[in-house]
Amino acid sequence: MTKIDSTLAKTLLEKLWEVRLFEENTSRLYKEGVLPGFVHLSLGQEACAVGACQALQESDFITSTHRGHGHCIAKGADLNRMMSELYGKETGYSKGRGGSMHIADVNAGILGANGIVGQSTTLAIGAALSFQTKKLDNVVLAFFGEGASGSGAVHEAMNIAGIWKLPVIFFCESNKYAELSPFDVHVPIKNISDRSKGYGFKGITIDGNNLVDVYSNVLEAVKLARNGNGPTLIEAKTNRWHGHYEGDPQKYKPSSELDEKNWDDPIIKFQDFIKKEKIISETEIDKIKEIVDKKIIEAIKFAEQSKNPSAEILLEDVYASDF
Amino acid sequence: MPALSPTMEEGTLSKWLVSEGDNIKAGDIIAEIETDKATMEIEAVDEGILSKILVPGGSQNVSVNSVIAHLTNNIEDSNNQTQEKKNNISPEDNNVTYKPSQNENDFANYSEPQKTENFISVREALRDAIAEEMRKDDRVFLMGEEVAEYQGAYKVSQGLLDEFGSKRVIDTPITEHGFAGIGVGAAFRGLKPIVEFMTFNFAMQAIDHIVNSAAKTLYMSGGSVSVPIVFRGPNGAASRVAAQHSQNYASWYSQIPGLKVVAPYSASDAKGLLKSSILDPNPIVFLENELLYGEKFSIQEDKETYIPIGKAKKIVEGNDVTIIAYSISVKFAIEAADYLLQNHGVNCEVIDLRTLSPLDEETVLDSLKKTNRVVVVEEGWSICGIASEISALIMERGFDDLDAPVIRVTGKNVPMPYAANLEKLALPCVDEIVKAVKAVSYI
Repeated sequence: MTKIDSTLAKTLLEKLWEVRLFEENTSRLYKEGVLPGFVHLSLGQEACAVGACQALQESDFITSTHRGHGHCIAKGADLNRMMSELYGKETGYSKGRGGSMHIADVNAGILGANGIVGQSTTLAIGAALSFQTKKLDNVVLAFFGEGASGSGAVHEAMNIAGIWKLPVIFFCESNKYAELSPFDVHVPIKNISDRSKGYGFKGITIDGNNLVDVYSNVLEAVKLARNGNGPTLIEAKTNRWHGHYEGDPQKYKPSSELDEKNWDDPIIKFQDFIKKEKIISETEIDKIKEIVDKKIIEAIKFAEQSKNPSAEILLEDVYASDF
Repeated sequence: MPALSPTMEEGTLSKWLVSEGDNIKAGDIIAEIETDKATMEIEAVDEGILSKILVPGGSQNVSVNSVIAHLTNNIEDSNNQTQEKKNNISPEDNNVTYKPSQNENDFANYSEPQKTENFISVREALRDAIAEEMRKDDRVFLMGEEVAEYQGAYKVSQGLLDEFGSKRVIDTPITEHGFAGIGVGAAFRGLKPIVEFMTFNFAMQAIDHIVNSAAKTLYMSGGSVSVPIVFRGPNGAASRVAAQHSQNYASWYSQIPGLKVVAPYSASDAKGLLKSSILDPNPIVFLENELLYGEKFSIQEDKETYIPIGKAKKIVEGNDVTIIAYSISVKFAIEAADYLLQNHGVNCEVIDLRTLSPLDEETVLDSLKKTNRVVVVEEGWSICGIASEISALIMERGFDDLDAPVIRVTGKNVPMPYAANLEKLALPCVDEIVKAVKAVSYI
């Protein structure tokens, strides 16, 4: 098993809480009518985002989905600019033009969240091809869901990645529901990872709520990709605690799944692990949450105090001006 | 009598290849039909028992659409299941079934829709249209993401699964390219699919099948394979969902020969046009609007109201300036017309195009003859848009009637922004229409 030392444990726990509290606050702000539009939250899936991104280097890239807040935070996006984007403010990542589904930060290795299901995979292999062409040893990790796995784009991406041995990790967050219907409406087999056989690369199904499992498996896949041995398909079985979007009444879920008591909490799981292994003390564990809590409150304040985008911003950036 | 080409009016039923009492399966060749151009075998689309041959083999000059035999469905009575209805190839065929709406020229209800029980929402109107056509014709089925168990992502298909079951209201995986192609293939072989896109933004994944398969096959197959399919779902700007979920694709589809494009505003038009679209033997792109789903309009409880595709509608009668719009822009056009009448005494005529392809050129040009001034409102982008097409039409066919250049009021040429203030700026508004009307009136 991969060794988790105290520094790494603190980083991981901090990221987990950043995702959790960002999402919880977003949910609250949406309920209060502060945030508009479509907001797709990743509550319950924090270990996927954090474990996968922690296994990457800063110069590696991810492509993300409509449910992408966690991925961006885990890969190092700025909480203030993210929250500000959700508020539609000028200080946001897209100057208020993109909102929840379109957060990109190239400096942090985030090639962008994409609101069209499945597209993250083809875009990822494009980036991977650029690294292969330029003989760089960077890798790309594409997040997608089991719903996307049925789309043509995903098949085409995996096929090409297999043939060309591209430095890419296909990371499927298999969260039991695609949009508004359960897994078996979308997928005829038990494990998405079985499909990798058809593309000639390794596939593995893991517990996506176990941070250490996610981290160590992605780490291995990254090693393969970085050494020129091509892609891996990792299917992380996890749970989407909330609906497809905030406000979704979730009538398609059995009532037991709506009861918080039954939720498999990846943060509690990780905290239990570090307590058991005595990696960091309980006081430190509590302190991390407090620190993150403050950061999120600051991010919200930052967003609230930021200006609405000026009218000029409407027409900016439609075309690149310098050639 | 099936039409074997769009121009066929009559033909010879050379011979029957089946006899009365035969049990027929879908795909069985049942007769030979001869026209002045060709002799062709026709296939049964449905299964059942051939209960009565009405036109014997060797009969000449049999008109298209006349009843040639009765096919008894095991479930339904033979009188409702005639073979000739199942081979709709000619685009003209359906004209015979159109009945003009009783309130075609009743504008009064439009200006101030009241929320009473006599009014129904656009959402309900669409559902009723689908349900009514599905009851009449078991070849019609609905397919798409979340249409069955979830009752529609925007609840348009509410109740349909219960009534028609999971073989006719089908949940698909998230595979727009896949299920659009499945729909086109099913239409090739005689079914009448209604393909719902959760929004038309996602139909971009399927555009190859819409354009290259659905629109072109009749032409490429020498008129032998028709594609009776409806692609429907919300189109245009929603609210605060940014660039990938807020876009008007009307002009994309309207440019494609072989497609008909419908974009209604009111509930009665949504219902009557969707019913006509389902009957139509051509591929129809039926553009709804998310923000209109909940709007209520007066509607006649006449189930046989088929509103003809290709006919615009005068919503407000006026003499001074013509405002042309479609879909949600009609709402803003009506508001602008009200404002201009109250505050400036300008009497605007408002025309709802309803169908974008084929375009009702005559209604546009007739109105221009009367007012000599035109403003076109379109939520989509200005470049190569529907409004541009109307402007070109007027330039070519109505130039001498113009007293001022046509003005287009359209969305700004930027991807849809997310911030509320920017989104508002990006979309056409009542104020811009008012300014445009004043400009063409030189006031």
